[in-house]
Amino acid sequence: MSMYIAKSRLSYIHTNIHRTQEIVCSQIQLFNMTPKILSKDICGRSWNTARCYILDPFVSLACRKTKSEVKLLGAWPSPFVMRARIALNIKSVSYEFLEETFQPKSPLLLDSNPVYKKVPVLINQDKPICESLIIVQYVDDVWSSGPSILPSEPYDRAIARFWATYLDDKWYPTLRSVRGAKGEDDRKKLITEVGEGLTLLEDALNKTSRGKDFFGGDQIGYLDIAFGCFLGWLRVTESLTGVKLLDQVKTPCLVKWAERFCAHGAVKDVMPQTEKLVEFAKMLMAKMAASTPN
Amino acid sequence: MIREDVKLFNFHASPFGQRVIWALKLKGVDYECIEEDIFNKSNLLLELNPVHKKVPVLVHRNKPIAESLVILEYIDETWKQYPLMPQNPYQRAHARFWANFAEQKLLVAARIARLSSGEEQGKAVNEAREAMEKIEEEIKGKKFFGGDKIGYLDIVIGWISYWIPVWEEVGSMKILDPLKFPAINAWITNFLSHPTINDTLPQRDKMVVYYHSRRKEVSPS
Repeated sequence: MSMYIAKSRLSYIHTNIHRTQEIVCSQIQLFNMTPKILSKDICGRSWNTARCYILDPFVSLACRKTKSEVKLLGAWPSPFVMRARIALNIKSVSYEFLEETFQPKSPLLLDSNPVYKKVPVLINQDKPICESLIIVQYVDDVWSSGPSILPSEPYDRAIARFWATYLDDKWYPTLRSVRGAKGEDDRKKLITEVGEGLTLLEDALNKTSRGKDFFGGDQIGYLDIAFGCFLGWLRVTESLTGVKLLDQVKTPCLVKWAERFCAHGAVKDVMPQTEKLVEFAKMLMAKMAASTPN
Repeated sequence: MIREDVKLFNFHASPFGQRVIWALKLKGVDYECIEEDIFNKSNLLLELNPVHKKVPVLVHRNKPIAESLVILEYIDETWKQYPLMPQNPYQRAHARFWANFAEQKLLVAARIARLSSGEEQGKAVNEAREAMEKIEEEIKGKKFFGGDKIGYLDIVIGWISYWIPVWEEVGSMKILDPLKFPAINAWITNFLSHPTINDTLPQRDKMVVYYHSRRKEVSPS
Protein backbone atom coordinates (compact mmCIF):
# COMPACT_ATOMS: atom_id res chain seq x y z
CA MET A 1 0.00 0.00 0.00
CA SER A 2 1.60 3.23 -1.05
CA MET A 3 1.47 6.41 0.92
CA TYR A 4 -0.20 8.07 -2.07
CA ILE A 5 -3.28 5.88 -1.73
CA ALA A 6 -3.40 6.53 2.01
CA LYS A 7 -3.24 10.29 1.38
CA SER A 8 -6.03 10.32 -1.14
CA ARG A 9 -8.34 8.27 1.01
CA LEU A 10 -8.00 9.98 4.34
CA SER A 11 -11.04 11.58 5.83
CA TYR A 12 -10.91 13.87 8.78
CA ILE A 13 -12.88 13.28 11.93
CA HIS A 14 -13.13 15.36 15.05
CA THR A 15 -12.70 12.96 17.87
CA ASN A 16 -10.62 12.50 20.94
CA ILE A 17 -11.45 8.89 21.52
CA HIS A 18 -8.21 7.20 22.55
CA ARG A 19 -9.23 3.88 21.07
CA THR A 20 -9.66 5.39 17.62
CA GLN A 21 -6.23 6.94 17.82
CA GLU A 22 -4.84 3.53 18.71
CA ILE A 23 -6.48 1.94 15.67
CA VAL A 24 -5.05 4.67 13.44
CA CYS A 25 -1.60 4.25 14.96
CA SER A 26 -1.60 0.52 14.31
CA GLN A 27 -2.86 1.00 10.77
CA ILE A 28 -0.18 3.61 10.16
CA GLN A 29 2.46 1.11 11.20
CA LEU A 30 1.31 -1.13 8.35
CA PHE A 31 2.50 1.55 6.00
CA ASN A 32 5.78 1.74 7.93
CA MET A 33 5.08 5.36 8.66
CA THR A 34 5.31 7.02 11.99
CA PRO A 35 2.26 8.99 13.14
CA LYS A 36 4.40 12.14 13.11
CA ILE A 37 5.22 11.81 9.42
CA LEU A 38 1.64 11.04 8.47
CA SER A 39 0.15 13.89 10.41
CA LYS A 40 2.69 16.38 9.06
CA ASP A 41 2.36 15.35 5.43
CA ILE A 42 -1.35 14.94 5.20
CA CYS A 43 -2.99 17.23 7.63
CA GLY A 44 -0.20 19.33 9.17
CA ARG A 45 -1.73 18.96 12.56
CA SER A 46 -0.14 17.41 15.59
CA TRP A 47 -1.54 14.46 17.47
CA ASN A 48 -1.71 16.58 20.57
CA THR A 49 -4.79 18.41 19.40
CA ALA A 50 -6.76 15.22 20.08
CA ARG A 51 -8.05 15.15 16.56
CA CYS A 52 -7.27 12.03 14.69
CA TYR A 53 -7.71 10.57 11.31
CA ILE A 54 -9.49 7.45 10.44
CA LEU A 55 -8.81 5.67 7.23
CA ASP A 56 -11.87 5.10 5.09
CA PRO A 57 -13.31 1.63 4.41
CA PHE A 58 -11.35 1.06 1.17
CA VAL A 59 -8.05 1.65 2.90
CA SER A 60 -9.22 -0.23 6.00
CA LEU A 61 -9.83 -3.23 3.81
CA ALA A 62 -6.35 -2.91 2.38
CA CYS A 63 -5.03 -2.67 5.93
CA ARG A 64 -6.76 -5.87 6.94
CA LYS A 65 -5.32 -7.57 3.88
CA THR A 66 -1.84 -6.29 4.77
CA LYS A 67 -2.29 -7.49 8.37
CA SER A 68 -2.66 -11.13 7.27
CA GLU A 69 0.62 -10.76 5.39
CA VAL A 70 2.28 -11.54 8.68
CA LYS A 71 3.44 -15.13 8.62
CA LEU A 72 5.36 -17.13 11.16
CA LEU A 73 7.27 -20.20 10.06
CA GLY A 74 7.66 -22.48 13.05
CA ALA A 75 7.37 -25.84 14.76
CA TRP A 76 5.12 -26.72 17.71
CA PRO A 77 7.86 -28.20 19.98
CA SER A 78 10.25 -25.27 19.58
CA PRO A 79 10.59 -22.94 22.56
CA PHE A 80 12.12 -20.33 20.25
CA VAL A 81 9.05 -20.36 18.01
CA MET A 82 6.91 -19.96 21.12
CA ARG A 83 8.68 -16.69 21.92
CA ALA A 84 7.61 -15.20 18.59
CA ARG A 85 4.03 -16.45 19.04
CA ILE A 86 3.70 -14.99 22.53
CA ALA A 87 5.04 -11.62 21.32
CA LEU A 88 2.55 -11.54 18.43
CA ASN A 89 -0.27 -12.56 20.79
CA ILE A 90 0.59 -9.79 23.26
CA LYS A 91 0.26 -7.28 20.43
CA SER A 92 -2.94 -8.96 19.11
CA VAL A 93 -1.38 -9.33 15.68
CA SER A 94 -3.19 -11.69 13.32
CA TYR A 95 -0.73 -13.95 11.59
CA GLU A 96 -0.64 -17.12 9.60
CA PHE A 97 1.25 -19.92 11.33
CA LEU A 98 3.08 -22.25 8.97
CA GLU A 99 4.21 -25.53 10.55
CA GLU A 100 7.62 -26.40 9.07
CA THR A 101 8.00 -29.88 7.62
CA PHE A 102 11.78 -30.26 8.17
CA GLN A 103 12.18 -33.50 6.26
CA PRO A 104 13.13 -32.04 3.91
CA LYS A 105 13.32 -28.36 4.92
CA SER A 106 10.74 -26.36 2.98
CA PRO A 107 11.77 -23.99 0.15
CA LEU A 108 10.23 -21.15 2.18
CA LEU A 109 12.53 -21.89 5.12
CA LEU A 110 15.62 -22.21 2.93
CA ASP A 111 14.77 -18.95 1.12
CA SER A 112 13.83 -16.92 4.15
CA ASN A 113 16.61 -18.10 6.46
CA PRO A 114 19.48 -19.15 4.20
CA VAL A 115 22.12 -18.48 6.90
CA TYR A 116 20.82 -20.81 9.63
CA LYS A 117 17.91 -22.65 7.93
CA LYS A 118 16.09 -22.68 11.30
CA VAL A 119 12.75 -21.69 12.75
CA PRO A 120 11.27 -19.35 13.81
CA VAL A 121 11.18 -16.99 10.85
CA LEU A 122 8.77 -14.07 10.94
CA ILE A 123 7.76 -12.78 7.54
CA ASN A 124 6.21 -9.31 7.57
CA GLN A 125 5.26 -7.78 4.22
CA ASP A 126 7.57 -10.28 2.50
CA LYS A 127 10.56 -9.35 4.68
CA PRO A 128 12.01 -12.19 6.78
CA ILE A 129 13.25 -11.68 10.33
CA CYS A 130 15.19 -14.51 12.00
CA GLU A 131 16.39 -15.39 15.52
CA SER A 132 13.71 -15.49 18.20
CA LEU A 133 14.88 -12.67 20.48
CA ILE A 134 15.44 -10.43 17.47
CA ILE A 135 11.90 -11.25 16.30
CA VAL A 136 10.48 -10.38 19.74
CA GLN A 137 12.24 -7.00 19.73
CA TYR A 138 11.13 -6.37 16.15
CA VAL A 139 7.50 -7.13 17.05
CA ASP A 140 7.79 -4.73 20.00
CA ASP A 141 9.23 -2.01 17.71
CA VAL A 142 6.73 -2.40 14.85
CA TRP A 143 3.51 -2.82 16.81
CA SER A 144 4.40 -0.13 19.28
CA SER A 145 0.81 0.85 20.08
CA GLY A 146 0.19 -2.49 21.80
CA PRO A 147 1.38 -3.35 25.35
CA SER A 148 5.17 -2.93 25.63
CA ILE A 149 7.31 -6.03 25.72
CA LEU A 150 10.65 -4.48 26.63
CA PRO A 151 10.80 -2.31 29.77
CA SER A 152 10.75 1.43 29.21
CA GLU A 153 13.93 2.34 31.15
CA PRO A 154 17.33 1.67 29.50
CA TYR A 155 18.76 0.05 32.63
CA ASP A 156 15.79 -2.33 33.02
CA ARG A 157 16.06 -3.16 29.30
CA ALA A 158 19.76 -3.94 29.77
CA ILE A 159 18.99 -6.29 32.67
CA ALA A 160 16.26 -8.06 30.67
CA ARG A 161 18.64 -8.45 27.70
CA PHE A 162 21.46 -9.65 29.97
CA TRP A 163 19.37 -12.48 31.40
CA ALA A 164 17.93 -13.42 27.99
CA THR A 165 21.50 -13.76 26.68
CA TYR A 166 22.45 -15.84 29.74
CA LEU A 167 19.49 -18.13 29.10
CA ASP A 168 20.38 -18.70 25.45
CA ASP A 169 24.16 -18.90 25.83
CA LYS A 170 24.49 -20.81 29.11
CA TRP A 171 21.36 -22.08 30.83
CA TYR A 172 19.35 -23.68 28.03
CA PRO A 173 22.36 -25.43 26.43
CA THR A 174 23.08 -26.96 29.87
CA LEU A 175 19.46 -28.06 30.22
CA ARG A 176 19.53 -29.64 26.77
CA SER A 177 22.73 -31.53 27.48
CA VAL A 178 21.18 -33.20 30.56
CA ARG A 179 19.16 -35.42 28.21
CA GLY A 180 22.27 -36.46 26.28
CA ALA A 181 24.51 -36.86 29.35
CA LYS A 182 26.95 -39.73 29.27
CA GLY A 183 26.88 -41.42 32.65
CA GLU A 184 25.31 -40.62 35.99
CA ASP A 185 28.15 -38.36 37.21
CA ASP A 186 27.94 -36.19 34.13
CA ARG A 187 24.16 -35.98 34.45
CA LYS A 188 24.36 -35.01 38.14
CA LYS A 189 26.91 -32.28 37.38
CA LEU A 190 24.73 -30.81 34.64
CA ILE A 191 21.59 -30.97 36.80
CA THR A 192 23.47 -29.08 39.54
CA GLU A 193 24.41 -26.40 37.01
CA VAL A 194 20.81 -26.07 35.84
CA GLY A 195 19.75 -25.70 39.47
CA GLU A 196 22.38 -23.02 40.11
CA GLY A 197 21.09 -21.12 37.10
CA LEU A 198 17.55 -21.32 38.44
CA THR A 199 18.74 -19.85 41.74
CA LEU A 200 20.21 -16.90 39.83
CA LEU A 201 16.93 -16.49 37.94
CA GLU A 202 14.92 -16.63 41.20
CA ASP A 203 17.03 -13.72 42.42
CA ALA A 204 16.59 -11.88 39.11
CA LEU A 205 12.81 -12.33 39.36
CA ASN A 206 12.74 -10.84 42.84
CA LYS A 207 14.78 -7.85 41.68
CA THR A 208 13.06 -7.07 38.38
CA SER A 209 9.44 -7.83 39.31
CA ARG A 210 9.51 -5.38 42.24
CA GLY A 211 6.89 -7.46 44.01
CA LYS A 212 4.66 -7.92 40.96
CA ASP A 213 3.69 -11.12 39.16
CA PHE A 214 6.19 -11.21 36.30
CA PHE A 215 9.78 -10.29 35.41
CA GLY A 216 8.16 -7.50 33.41
CA GLY A 217 6.06 -6.31 36.38
CA ASP A 218 2.27 -6.40 36.06
CA GLN A 219 2.42 -7.78 32.55
CA ILE A 220 4.61 -10.40 30.89
CA GLY A 221 7.62 -8.85 29.21
CA TYR A 222 10.79 -9.69 27.33
CA LEU A 223 12.43 -11.77 30.05
CA ASP A 224 9.21 -13.62 30.90
CA ILE A 225 8.98 -14.61 27.23
CA ALA A 226 12.70 -15.44 26.95
CA PHE A 227 12.59 -17.76 29.99
CA GLY A 228 8.99 -18.96 30.02
CA CYS A 229 9.30 -20.60 26.62
CA PHE A 230 11.66 -23.16 28.20
CA LEU A 231 9.19 -24.32 30.87
CA GLY A 232 7.84 -27.15 28.69
CA TRP A 233 11.33 -28.58 28.10
CA LEU A 234 12.24 -28.02 31.75
CA ARG A 235 9.30 -30.22 32.70
CA VAL A 236 10.35 -32.82 30.12
CA THR A 237 13.81 -32.96 31.72
CA GLU A 238 12.22 -33.33 35.18
CA SER A 239 10.05 -36.15 33.86
CA LEU A 240 12.90 -38.01 32.15
CA THR A 241 15.40 -37.67 35.01
CA GLY A 242 12.97 -37.93 37.93
CA VAL A 243 14.59 -34.81 39.44
CA LYS A 244 12.55 -31.77 40.45
CA LEU A 245 14.39 -28.75 39.02
CA LEU A 246 11.85 -25.98 39.65
CA ASP A 247 11.36 -26.58 43.33
CA GLN A 248 9.10 -25.02 45.97
CA VAL A 249 11.90 -24.91 48.53
CA LYS A 250 14.75 -23.49 46.46
CA THR A 251 12.83 -21.38 43.91
CA PRO A 252 9.40 -20.61 45.37
CA CYS A 253 8.87 -17.38 43.42
CA LEU A 254 9.75 -19.05 40.12
CA VAL A 255 7.26 -21.84 40.85
CA LYS A 256 4.43 -19.29 41.29
CA TRP A 257 5.65 -17.29 38.30
CA ALA A 258 5.67 -20.42 36.11
CA GLU A 259 2.00 -21.14 36.94
CA ARG A 260 0.97 -17.56 36.17
CA PHE A 261 3.00 -17.49 32.96
CA CYS A 262 1.52 -20.72 31.61
CA ALA A 263 -2.02 -19.55 32.44
CA HIS A 264 -1.57 -16.18 30.70
CA GLY A 265 -3.82 -15.47 27.74
CA ALA A 266 -0.93 -14.87 25.36
CA VAL A 267 0.78 -18.11 26.38
CA LYS A 268 -1.67 -20.90 27.15
CA ASP A 269 -2.67 -21.74 23.59
CA VAL A 270 0.91 -21.89 22.33
CA MET A 271 2.52 -23.78 25.23
CA PRO A 272 2.72 -27.43 24.18
CA GLN A 273 1.47 -30.07 26.63
CA THR A 274 4.29 -31.68 28.59
CA GLU A 275 3.11 -35.24 27.72
CA LYS A 276 3.32 -34.47 24.00
CA LEU A 277 6.79 -32.98 24.45
CA VAL A 278 7.96 -36.01 26.45
CA GLU A 279 6.79 -38.31 23.61
CA PHE A 280 8.56 -36.08 21.11
CA ALA A 281 11.77 -36.07 23.19
CA LYS A 282 11.72 -39.87 23.47
CA MET A 283 11.30 -40.13 19.72
CA LEU A 284 14.27 -37.79 19.16
CA MET A 285 16.44 -39.74 21.61
CA ALA A 286 15.53 -43.02 19.91
CA LYS A 287 16.47 -41.55 16.52
CA MET A 288 19.80 -40.36 17.88
CA ALA A 289 20.54 -43.73 19.48
CA ALA A 290 19.71 -45.47 16.18
CA SER A 291 22.02 -43.23 14.18
CA THR A 292 24.98 -43.41 16.60
CA PRO A 293 27.35 -46.30 15.80
CA ASN A 294 28.15 -48.68 18.73
CA MET B 1 32.43 16.00 26.59
CA ILE B 2 29.52 14.99 28.75
CA ARG B 3 30.48 14.53 32.39
CA GLU B 4 28.56 11.78 34.09
CA ASP B 5 29.39 9.05 36.55
CA VAL B 6 30.51 6.42 34.03
CA LYS B 7 33.11 3.76 34.77
CA LEU B 8 34.33 1.03 32.48
CA PHE B 9 36.02 -2.05 33.92
CA ASN B 10 38.12 -3.40 31.09
CA PHE B 11 41.25 -5.26 30.04
CA HIS B 12 43.42 -3.58 27.41
CA ALA B 13 43.43 -6.51 24.98
CA SER B 14 39.70 -7.26 25.19
CA PRO B 15 37.88 -6.87 21.86
CA PHE B 16 34.62 -6.75 23.85
CA GLY B 17 35.77 -3.83 25.98
CA GLN B 18 36.99 -2.04 22.86
CA ARG B 19 33.43 -1.97 21.51
CA VAL B 20 32.28 -0.10 24.59
CA ILE B 21 35.18 2.38 24.31
CA TRP B 22 34.34 3.11 20.67
CA ALA B 23 30.65 3.65 21.48
CA LEU B 24 31.37 6.00 24.40
CA LYS B 25 33.95 7.95 22.38
CA LEU B 26 31.70 8.34 19.33
CA LYS B 27 28.99 9.73 21.60
CA GLY B 28 31.41 12.02 23.42
CA VAL B 29 30.67 10.44 26.80
CA ASP B 30 33.40 10.92 29.39
CA TYR B 31 34.26 7.83 31.43
CA GLU B 32 36.81 6.47 33.84
CA CYS B 33 38.59 3.35 32.61
CA ILE B 34 39.63 0.85 35.27
CA GLU B 35 42.12 -1.69 33.96
CA GLU B 36 41.58 -5.16 35.37
CA ASP B 37 44.37 -7.72 35.74
CA ILE B 38 42.76 -10.57 33.85
CA PHE B 39 44.90 -13.13 35.71
CA ASN B 40 44.00 -11.69 39.10
CA LYS B 41 40.51 -10.22 38.92
CA SER B 42 39.53 -7.68 41.56
CA ASN B 43 36.87 -8.41 44.17
CA LEU B 44 35.01 -5.40 42.88
CA LEU B 45 34.74 -6.89 39.38
CA LEU B 46 33.52 -10.19 40.83
CA GLU B 47 30.83 -8.27 42.75
CA LEU B 48 29.80 -6.22 39.72
CA ASN B 49 29.60 -9.24 37.39
CA PRO B 50 29.03 -12.26 39.63
CA VAL B 51 27.40 -14.34 36.87
CA HIS B 52 30.24 -14.26 34.31
CA LYS B 53 33.10 -12.63 36.29
CA LYS B 54 34.30 -10.96 33.09
CA VAL B 55 35.10 -7.63 31.54
CA PRO B 56 33.77 -5.35 30.22
CA VAL B 57 31.40 -4.03 32.86
CA LEU B 58 29.95 -0.56 32.48
CA VAL B 59 28.90 1.15 35.69
CA HIS B 60 26.60 4.14 35.22
CA ARG B 61 25.17 5.94 38.25
CA ASN B 62 26.42 3.02 40.37
CA LYS B 63 24.46 0.42 38.38
CA PRO B 64 26.53 -2.27 36.62
CA ILE B 65 25.79 -3.61 33.13
CA ALA B 66 27.67 -6.61 31.70
CA GLU B 67 27.90 -8.23 28.23
CA SER B 68 29.25 -5.96 25.52
CA LEU B 69 26.28 -6.16 23.12
CA VAL B 70 23.88 -5.38 25.98
CA ILE B 71 26.13 -2.48 27.02
CA LEU B 72 26.15 -1.09 23.44
CA GLU B 73 22.34 -0.95 23.30
CA TYR B 74 22.24 0.62 26.77
CA ILE B 75 24.71 3.30 25.68
CA ASP B 76 22.69 4.00 22.53
CA GLU B 77 19.43 4.28 24.49
CA THR B 78 20.90 6.45 27.24
CA TRP B 79 22.93 8.95 25.18
CA LYS B 80 20.92 10.00 22.11
CA GLN B 81 23.62 11.88 20.17
CA TYR B 82 25.37 9.97 17.35
CA PRO B 83 22.74 7.18 17.13
CA LEU B 84 24.36 3.78 16.63
CA MET B 85 21.31 1.61 15.90
CA PRO B 86 19.31 2.18 12.69
CA GLN B 87 15.97 3.97 13.19
CA ASN B 88 13.93 1.55 11.08
CA PRO B 89 12.76 -1.61 12.95
CA TYR B 90 13.60 -3.95 10.08
CA GLN B 91 17.09 -2.49 9.69
CA ARG B 92 17.56 -2.76 13.46
CA ALA B 93 16.61 -6.43 13.33
CA HIS B 94 19.02 -6.85 10.40
CA ALA B 95 21.90 -5.24 12.34
CA ARG B 96 21.20 -7.38 15.41
CA PHE B 97 21.06 -10.51 13.24
CA TRP B 98 24.50 -9.91 11.74
CA ALA B 99 25.97 -8.88 15.10
CA ASN B 100 24.74 -12.16 16.55
CA PHE B 101 26.04 -14.10 13.52
CA ALA B 102 29.51 -12.55 13.80
CA GLU B 103 29.62 -13.46 17.53
CA GLN B 104 28.40 -17.03 17.16
CA LYS B 105 30.11 -18.03 13.92
CA LEU B 106 33.14 -15.83 13.32
CA LEU B 107 34.37 -14.93 16.79
CA VAL B 108 34.02 -18.43 18.23
CA ALA B 109 35.86 -20.02 15.29
CA ALA B 110 38.60 -17.36 15.20
CA ARG B 111 39.21 -17.83 18.93
CA ILE B 112 39.62 -21.60 18.50
CA ALA B 113 41.96 -20.95 15.57
CA ARG B 114 44.25 -18.73 17.67
CA LEU B 115 44.44 -21.31 20.47
CA SER B 116 44.70 -24.59 18.56
CA SER B 117 46.90 -26.25 15.99
CA GLY B 118 46.85 -29.00 13.40
CA GLU B 119 43.53 -30.42 12.28
CA GLU B 120 41.51 -28.62 14.94
CA GLN B 121 42.97 -25.29 13.86
CA GLY B 122 42.42 -26.09 10.18
CA LYS B 123 38.74 -26.79 10.84
CA ALA B 124 38.34 -23.58 12.85
CA VAL B 125 40.07 -21.50 10.14
CA ASN B 126 37.69 -22.90 7.52
CA GLU B 127 34.66 -22.10 9.68
CA ALA B 128 35.95 -18.58 10.26
CA ARG B 129 36.49 -18.08 6.53
CA GLU B 130 32.97 -19.34 5.75
CA ALA B 131 31.56 -16.85 8.20
CA MET B 132 33.76 -14.14 6.69
CA GLU B 133 32.31 -14.90 3.23
CA LYS B 134 28.82 -14.10 4.45
CA ILE B 135 30.03 -10.88 6.07
CA GLU B 136 31.81 -9.95 2.81
CA GLU B 137 28.43 -10.13 1.03
CA GLU B 138 26.88 -7.90 3.69
CA ILE B 139 29.46 -5.09 3.36
CA LYS B 140 29.70 -5.09 -0.45
CA GLY B 141 28.82 -1.70 -1.90
CA LYS B 142 28.77 0.03 1.50
CA LYS B 143 31.33 2.27 3.13
CA PHE B 144 30.30 1.09 6.59
CA PHE B 145 27.77 -1.51 7.77
CA GLY B 146 25.88 1.48 9.16
CA GLY B 147 25.86 3.21 5.75
CA ASP B 148 27.73 6.50 5.50
CA LYS B 149 28.59 6.56 9.18
CA ILE B 150 29.95 4.03 11.63
CA GLY B 151 27.07 2.32 13.43
CA TYR B 152 26.26 -0.53 15.79
CA LEU B 153 27.29 -3.32 13.45
CA ASP B 154 30.62 -1.64 12.58
CA ILE B 155 31.40 -1.40 16.29
CA VAL B 156 30.38 -5.01 16.95
CA ILE B 157 32.44 -6.42 14.05
CA GLY B 158 35.19 -3.79 14.38
CA TRP B 159 37.46 -6.15 16.35
CA ILE B 160 38.31 -8.03 13.16
CA SER B 161 40.18 -4.97 11.83
CA TYR B 162 42.80 -5.09 14.58
CA TRP B 163 42.44 -8.35 16.52
CA ILE B 164 42.36 -10.80 13.60
CA PRO B 165 45.83 -9.82 12.32
CA VAL B 166 47.21 -10.28 15.86
CA TRP B 167 45.48 -13.65 16.25
CA GLU B 168 46.77 -14.71 12.82
CA GLU B 169 50.30 -13.89 13.92
CA VAL B 170 49.93 -15.69 17.26
CA GLY B 171 48.28 -18.75 15.73
CA SER B 172 50.39 -18.79 12.54
CA MET B 173 47.31 -19.02 10.38
CA LYS B 174 45.42 -16.83 7.90
CA ILE B 175 41.72 -15.99 7.97
CA LEU B 176 41.45 -12.56 6.39
CA ASP B 177 42.97 -12.97 2.92
CA PRO B 178 42.74 -9.54 1.20
CA LEU B 179 42.30 -11.18 -2.21
CA LYS B 180 39.36 -13.26 -1.02
CA PHE B 181 37.74 -10.50 1.03
CA PRO B 182 38.27 -7.20 -0.84
CA ALA B 183 35.10 -5.54 0.49
CA ILE B 184 35.94 -6.34 4.11
CA ASN B 185 39.47 -5.06 3.59
CA ALA B 186 38.16 -1.81 2.11
CA TRP B 187 35.84 -1.48 5.11
CA ILE B 188 38.78 -2.11 7.47
CA THR B 189 40.71 0.72 5.83
CA ASN B 190 37.74 3.09 6.21
CA PHE B 191 37.06 1.96 9.76
CA LEU B 192 40.64 2.26 11.04
CA SER B 193 41.14 5.65 9.41
CA HIS B 194 38.36 7.16 11.55
CA PRO B 195 40.24 9.14 14.24
CA THR B 196 37.95 8.07 17.11
CA ILE B 197 38.41 4.43 16.20
CA ASN B 198 42.12 4.67 15.66
CA ASP B 199 43.06 6.84 18.66
CA THR B 200 41.72 4.37 21.19
CA LEU B 201 43.32 1.15 19.91
CA PRO B 202 45.40 -0.78 22.43
CA GLN B 203 49.14 -1.27 21.94
CA ARG B 204 49.79 -4.05 19.47
CA ASP B 205 52.95 -5.44 21.04
CA LYS B 206 51.27 -5.80 24.44
CA MET B 207 48.37 -7.59 22.77
CA VAL B 208 50.70 -10.01 20.97
CA VAL B 209 52.44 -10.87 24.26
CA TYR B 210 49.09 -11.46 25.97
CA TYR B 211 47.67 -13.68 23.23
CA HIS B 212 50.88 -15.70 23.01
CA SER B 213 50.61 -16.38 26.75
CA ARG B 214 46.99 -17.53 26.33
CA ARG B 215 48.04 -19.88 23.53
CA LYS B 216 50.88 -21.31 25.62
CA GLU B 217 48.43 -22.08 28.45
CA VAL B 218 46.40 -24.28 26.15
CA SER B 219 49.17 -25.86 24.07
CA PRO B 220 52.48 -25.53 25.96
CA SER B 221 54.51 -26.88 23.01
